[in-house]
Amino acid sequence: MQIVFLLEQVVNGLVLGGYYLLIALGLSLIFSVGGIVNLSHGAFYALGAYVFVQLSGTLGFTAAVAVSPIVVALLGILFERFILRRFYNEDPILSLLVTFGLALVAEQAIRMIWGAAPLPATLPSEIRGSVIVGNMLFSKYRLLMLLVIAVALGGIWLLLNRTSFGRVVRAGIQDPDMVAALGIRLQPYLTTVVMLGVGLAALGGAMFAPITTVHPAMGSEILTIAFVVVIIGGLGSFWGVVLAAVLVGVTRGVTIYFAPAASEASMYVLMFLVLLLRPRGLLGESIAKFES
Amino acid sequence: MKTYQTSRLAGQKSVLTRRTALKLAGGTFAASTLGAPALVRAQTGPIRIGHLTPMTGFLGTLGGWAVEGAQLAAKEINAAGGAAGRQIELMSEDSINPENGATKAQRMLERDGVDFLLGEISSATSLAISEVAARNEKLFVAVGPRSDVLRGERCSRYMFCTDIPNTAMVNAVGTSLKQDGMVDGKKFFTLTADYVFGHDLLAAAKSFFDANNAELIGDELIATDVTDFSPFILKVRQANPDVVCLNLAGNQVTNFVKQYAEFGLPYPMVGFNLNTADAWAAGVGNLSGTWPTVWLDSVETPESQAFVERFKAEYGKIPENHAWISYIAVQIVAKAIEETGSAATPELIDYLESGAKFDIMKARQAYFRPEDHQLIQEAYAFTVKDEGTYDDVYSMLQLDGAVPAPDAPLESIYPSVEGGACKF
Repeated sequence: MQIVFLLEQVVNGLVLGGYYLLIALGLSLIFSVGGIVNLSHGAFYALGAYVFVQLSGTLGFTAAVAVSPIVVALLGILFERFILRRFYNEDPILSLLVTFGLALVAEQAIRMIWGAAPLPATLPSEIRGSVIVGNMLFSKYRLLMLLVIAVALGGIWLLLNRTSFGRVVRAGIQDPDMVAALGIRLQPYLTTVVMLGVGLAALGGAMFAPITTVHPAMGSEILTIAFVVVIIGGLGSFWGVVLAAVLVGVTRGVTIYFAPAASEASMYVLMFLVLLLRPRGLLGESIAKFES
Repeated sequence: MKTYQTSRLAGQKSVLTRRTALKLAGGTFAASTLGAPALVRAQTGPIRIGHLTPMTGFLGTLGGWAVEGAQLAAKEINAAGGAAGRQIELMSEDSINPENGATKAQRMLERDGVDFLLGEISSATSLAISEVAARNEKLFVAVGPRSDVLRGERCSRYMFCTDIPNTAMVNAVGTSLKQDGMVDGKKFFTLTADYVFGHDLLAAAKSFFDANNAELIGDELIATDVTDFSPFILKVRQANPDVVCLNLAGNQVTNFVKQYAEFGLPYPMVGFNLNTADAWAAGVGNLSGTWPTVWLDSVETPESQAFVERFKAEYGKIPENHAWISYIAVQIVAKAIEETGSAATPELIDYLESGAKFDIMKARQAYFRPEDHQLIQEAYAFTVKDEGTYDDVYSMLQLDGAVPAPDAPLESIYPSVEGGACKF
């Protein structure tokens, strides 16, 4: 066993964690702010991939990666305005049902529009290949992806922590009634958060489309992992989700190094351990409105 | 039952109580078991075929093709007057997984009154359905599964297999690789789908490596729900093989080849299993190497080309191998029904075991081997053209010609039945 090979898996796991993060962060944001467990989040990831494939023929690779999340984010506005908005103050079981139903409808809609067969998508040849740093192999494309994820993440963090928008959202997470008492309508903020959340998922879909199978059920494949990440990280915590995504990615990589057959089980074992020791998740906050 | 659950969740008082729901269900069951007239009608009415195939999960993208191929065959047969004068009715459903596939098979035989079963791609689900078929003493035409065990230890008197088995796929590609000098003394690293099909394919690959002086330096078993292969690709590089060899299935192949192209490792890639749909899904520039297939749209017989045209006219796209094999399977049972004048299992089994020849759009006719119920037919190897020498994914694959060679007996690429594991 060479230590550098193990280290290589750890670093690769970090990169993979970044990709999980894109999906999980939006899921966590929508839950924290609106109290809605969005089971249709995977559908937006799939839509991101499909819109990317559709656009990449005419716009080219880079523009398609950039435009696809925007298109899906705009769909997110409709999603919030006409569906989610009715369920913020209802029994959570209703929003679970409606988003679950929407996930099924979206998958079938994709099947009707683009067909059941997977769509081909390819990386431009100049960003294929790998670089070797200190005898560790990195895919060029994944390094680029990591950069994009870091920028997106930084942007969201700044938005939530350094702007008045973020202050209202964070206050809304903790105590929506107090925000209302201060004369601030939370509605437009919720719309924006949902838009950002599904846009991030679509960015993940668009960036992963060239290196995974683009098929109608791809959304449900990713959703489970995203939930595991959110649960490990703890609800409402930005850094909790970041930490959990990286942990899941690294755990998976290291498990594949030592015991490949257990690779898919590893993240569930991790979730189990975290929930035993810290039922709220690693950095989960106590959110007043969910405590009862 | 659904009404009952939904209204309870919504917190309203249900019109349907648990007790009436039970009564209703009991009544439905009684009505279906009392449906004796169905038996009488079955002799003259349409022939009902229970068609199960995965439409979701890692093989789900292939199932759509299977349904289209089978439905086209039924449509053509019915338009020409049916089989033995009776129309064919295909009940196509998603088999989902072994547990669901077995349950649905039982339901189709028991309640829907199908005459026999046909379909499937997953070897694991096929084994489950085969058990149901045997218990009910009904024919099951296993259309797409490729595990050798279905023709070996787990064979059944009631099951007939139409696709090529794993050993034949390994031999088809192996012949081509040997010609290119890519086997003797080479180090192979294999990646294998972690279920019955993959294990079986790996076993066939190992005996091929042993017989041809190749060395297996590493193997990774990969769960069917894995979508990110980067950790495995790192392990391939760490092992530094001469050839990377895939024993993967369904979406796994597409995901792997896309990511392998992304990392751009220098080791040539070959594989013992690939469906045309998975190759097309990989996209331009991602796939390389030599692969086996049971049929490709560029097979140059007039019958194959006519089939491609008819399929295009019906669905507006080129058929892939699962569409073809499903089409062929329905044609074969229709011919058996036509010849025997019956859709009853004992007659059909006798006919299929009789060595009857079938035109399957290939240069040579096919027949079922009575010892293991395998459809003996030509296989092919194909090679992916170099990037830039083709226009789109549909012109990316180059057929290397039929295996075995025209002068060799067809059975030479199949597992031997001499002392074979299949006992009916």
